[in-house]
Amino acid sequence: MDRLVKNEMKIEFLSKSANEAFARIAVAAFATQLDPTIEEIADIKTSVSEAVTNSIIHAYPNSEGIVRVRAKLYEDEIEIEVSDNGEGIENIEEAKEPLYTTRGNLERSGMGFTIMESFMDSLKVESIVGLGTKITMGKKIKKEKEFSVNTYEIK
Amino acid sequence: MNVKHFIEDKVLVFEITEELDHHISEIIRRRIDYEIQRFMPKRVILDFNRVVFMDSAGVGLVIGRYKTACSYGTKLEMVNVSPKIRRVFEMAGILKIIPIIQDEKIVNG
Repeated sequence: MDRLVKNEMKIEFLSKSANEAFARIAVAAFATQLDPTIEEIADIKTSVSEAVTNSIIHAYPNSEGIVRVRAKLYEDEIEIEVSDNGEGIENIEEAKEPLYTTRGNLERSGMGFTIMESFMDSLKVESIVGLGTKITMGKKIKKEKEFSVNTYEIK
Repeated sequence: MNVKHFIEDKVLVFEITEELDHHISEIIRRRIDYEIQRFMPKRVILDFNRVVFMDSAGVGLVIGRYKTACSYGTKLEMVNVSPKIRRVFEMAGILKIIPIIQDEKIVNG
């Protein structure tokens, strides 16, 4: 049975590095509807930033293209999709290796996928060389937030 | 980004104030390299006190500055790194070569 989508959004922007902040802030603002903790929001922002930066640097290295970000809210999870119509990834397993980078000259650390994998609960990478790449990642937002109710005795 | 100079002790402190992503890293890395070349300090300290966001681009920035510093015989250190940001550095395994020091050790070493 398909889970019920509570809300959905989609943004598209040019692959300019100034849009990295825009993308992560937009997704974080949308995610607040699920009442996440500050830590959960920070994990989402960092992961979106990594995925969008990958599209900007690797998908369109010598030109500008469109990067799409889509987010779906479920009862207790956010699913984020970052896609492009760029060069694509030849070897996905190699690209996911920690510290692996093809852009050492740009001072890339090769930590992007490692961060997405550890900050999110699920990560799927689909890519076709010459056509583009789609990253789908999900994060559970815990519902049982800890809060306490103070009781007072009225005399 | 603010730059503080402790010229007498040959310590150069960079106070990074932005959200440290790929976009910002590209802008500030040249500035940091330029100041290191200009002052040839004994120590360079990156102050993360005002950094509210950092992704893997921050790791790339720090490793790159470590290389610049090494070529001038300069020591690179970091200060005021929040637990959230520290986690990213730990994942990259760079804290053994680029240590996080206590605030009061900036001038006294």
